[in-house]
Amino acid sequence: MRVLMFGWEFPPHIAGGLGTACYGLTRGLARNDVKVTFVVPRAYGDEDQRFTNIVNASDVETDFCRRDEYTKEVWENLSYITIDSNMVPYATPEEYFERREEWLKQRETGVIQDSWQQRYTFSGKYGANLMEEVQRYAMVAAEVAKAEAGNFDVIHAHDWLTYYAGIAAKNVSGKPLVVHIHATDFDRSGAINPDSPVYQIEKAGMSAADKVIAVSNLTRNICIEKYDIDADKIVTVHNAVRFASNTPDYGERGVKQKIVTFLGRITFQKGPDYFVEAAAKVLKRLPDVHFVMAGNGDMFNHVIRRVAKLGIADRFHFTGFLKGDDVQKMFAMSDVYVMPSVSEPFGISPLEAMREGVPVIISKQSGVAEVLDYAVKVDYWDVDAMADAIYALVQYPAMAEMFGLKGYDEVTRLKWNNAAAKIKAVYESVL
Amino acid sequence: MKTVCLNFQVSLPMTLKRYRFFSMGLDHNYLDDTANRYATQRAARMSYLPMNALVASLIGEYGDKFKVSFTIDGITIEQLKAHAPEVLASMKELAKTGCVEFVGTTYAHSLASLTDKSEFEKQVKAHKKAIEKEFGVSPKTFCNTDMIYSDGIGEMTGELGYQTILTEGARHILGWKSPNYVYAGAVNQRQKVMLRNYKLSDDLTFKFSCKEWCEWPLTAGKYAEWIEGSTGETVNISVDYSTFGMTNEAPSGIFEFFKALPEAIMSRGMEFDTLAGSADKHQPVGVLSCPYPISWTDEERDVTAWLGNELQNEAFSKLYGLKAKVAKLNNPDFNYVWNFMQQASNFYYMASRWLGSSQGNTPFDSSYDAFINYMNILSDFDLELDAQLAAKKPASRAKKAAAEK
Repeated sequence: MRVLMFGWEFPPHIAGGLGTACYGLTRGLARNDVKVTFVVPRAYGDEDQRFTNIVNASDVETDFCRRDEYTKEVWENLSYITIDSNMVPYATPEEYFERREEWLKQRETGVIQDSWQQRYTFSGKYGANLMEEVQRYAMVAAEVAKAEAGNFDVIHAHDWLTYYAGIAAKNVSGKPLVVHIHATDFDRSGAINPDSPVYQIEKAGMSAADKVIAVSNLTRNICIEKYDIDADKIVTVHNAVRFASNTPDYGERGVKQKIVTFLGRITFQKGPDYFVEAAAKVLKRLPDVHFVMAGNGDMFNHVIRRVAKLGIADRFHFTGFLKGDDVQKMFAMSDVYVMPSVSEPFGISPLEAMREGVPVIISKQSGVAEVLDYAVKVDYWDVDAMADAIYALVQYPAMAEMFGLKGYDEVTRLKWNNAAAKIKAVYESVL
Repeated sequence: MKTVCLNFQVSLPMTLKRYRFFSMGLDHNYLDDTANRYATQRAARMSYLPMNALVASLIGEYGDKFKVSFTIDGITIEQLKAHAPEVLASMKELAKTGCVEFVGTTYAHSLASLTDKSEFEKQVKAHKKAIEKEFGVSPKTFCNTDMIYSDGIGEMTGELGYQTILTEGARHILGWKSPNYVYAGAVNQRQKVMLRNYKLSDDLTFKFSCKEWCEWPLTAGKYAEWIEGSTGETVNISVDYSTFGMTNEAPSGIFEFFKALPEAIMSRGMEFDTLAGSADKHQPVGVLSCPYPISWTDEERDVTAWLGNELQNEAFSKLYGLKAKVAKLNNPDFNYVWNFMQQASNFYYMASRWLGSSQGNTPFDSSYDAFINYMNILSDFDLELDAQLAAKKPASRAKKAAAEK
């Protein structure tokens, strides 16, 4: 079986979990005898191509000025979005303003006109002209689908950024489309805004698809309830996680006291506030526990002020954004990992912590809660329960040990091979 | 005869290095040695050395008719000793002339006066000892960190033997009164309060090089005329020493200005003296009441630059929460850290004005950045204190046991 897959990022050039998941998935599919051609807006040449053939959309020549029916449709549907593209997912406000200024400058000087030529260099990032890139990506997708005609049986598109690309490819080739929901606008903003361009793209993608894959039942329910998609069309395939075979030596651990960690973007979606309140409750009983918040985001400063106000700043530490090995080092240093997400379609980070033998506390509002038995599950808003669980894992070694050991076993059983087999079954169902 | 007092504030805070959470428990060196060496040597080269030489030559020329005073805290003495000992050597030479007064202050350029009387007293005493050791003279006048003053602080310093204190001539406590007189403290009325003339002082620091200023260029003659024309008996000019050569670089003519100043002042029938000398000569004209702390910083002249938001208050209270442990351990290495952690600059970097971005005005990106860095260091310091105290206990018990045997 051959699949034409559209993604937005691919390791090692990633901003979030999407690229990592795509990589794991393509490996798993390769083991299941599925041949994948993976299109990214921008390839850098150092991607791991052992399991998939990477197509760089920036290298594909397209006549962006052509005026056939479909092109017109895409431009009409999308053009208004460009005008008010003041919405940049995954970008901090600072980044946003920086990029926006850059973009405005470009627009003034007319440099952007150059990109009307046949090749368009995608940034492949989440910037201010994201919507324009999404648009052009759809154009290129049609071109790729034409060029690859006869070389694929199914089209698979990951997250809203690529849905128009998927639809375009489907229109050109007539092959079935599978869209994969890794996150929804509902998770990011905490509410549904039907006027949001992202919501509309998501809905268009799901409606046009022959099958929809959701990363958890939680996300599947959102698709059914908030996007009004037929339940029979949506299949849940939980993510898996891929680990390097050997863990590097992280050196000596400096702090001997217990460390409780939060790691992720410090945004509303991730529930950093609840972690802070739970920390303050724990510190009232156990003044020698250290809490670490690793990451950055638009709630960063708010959280620092709250920590100062609660008077716990000597036990609550911030690392800022962590890169590369520091992430795994942070997990390895932790005694308890907490993911208090308000809404988390899946949530790969607790699995990475478990891989280091760290007991985890996760919110019931996360997709990963559906696949884990050896994790403490609490409601994200229930800071008392969260504090209680932290206290127990810090104070009772037997409990921490059980969660650590069993959790390690559990997480090593979550294989992309199995997830890929389920996805292969989805492909077969649409052929 | 109208007296002119020149007071130079010499202060080089020790800068903390970028200290990450991952360093906690492993790395106990908290200072940015490179930045500190650079800042000290730069100040020495551009300002302190040429200015010391100029002051020495003016004393050589006018003898004891030309007098100045220095406020130099203990941490600055340590920095100079480590990175620019030639500055200290030339200061010692100045001290020998007898025309230079050294003013008492807090050892660590700290805010201890706002929270902890005993720590404040300890620091004032430590500073006095350091001045006596370095310069062979005993300070008689007191000037708190960044001129922070209140009735209570006046009282504390009086108890420590300082009969004269210099603070800011803040408009909101003076009202219609002039800063150019000697006043009596509100609690200890025998203590004389000298007030900085901020207008004349700021003209030097902030306006001298400013070509848009209507009075530019400022000559010694014009400046002396202003002093002559102002009412009062003692005009106290107090500026940061780096005003000469750094805030106003040599090409601005600041050194030539200073060279011509003594002649301009004396030719107009005015005299120079130290703060203590001027306080002796003039009688207090009234009592000055200052119930809330003032300082020489910002338009508000209050202490909100250091203790004005929740980040600063948290860091400040967590710092002084460690006092008992530091005292109990009483280890010179830890006392050294304890000192530089108290510096006012640490808290200034967390000020509300930098909440958005510090725009390069501080070593940190923002107040949040400064706060995180400071708290990481403070937490490591706390952990180390606990570890050392725990290690100390069995040792002393073992000693006791050995003695009993």
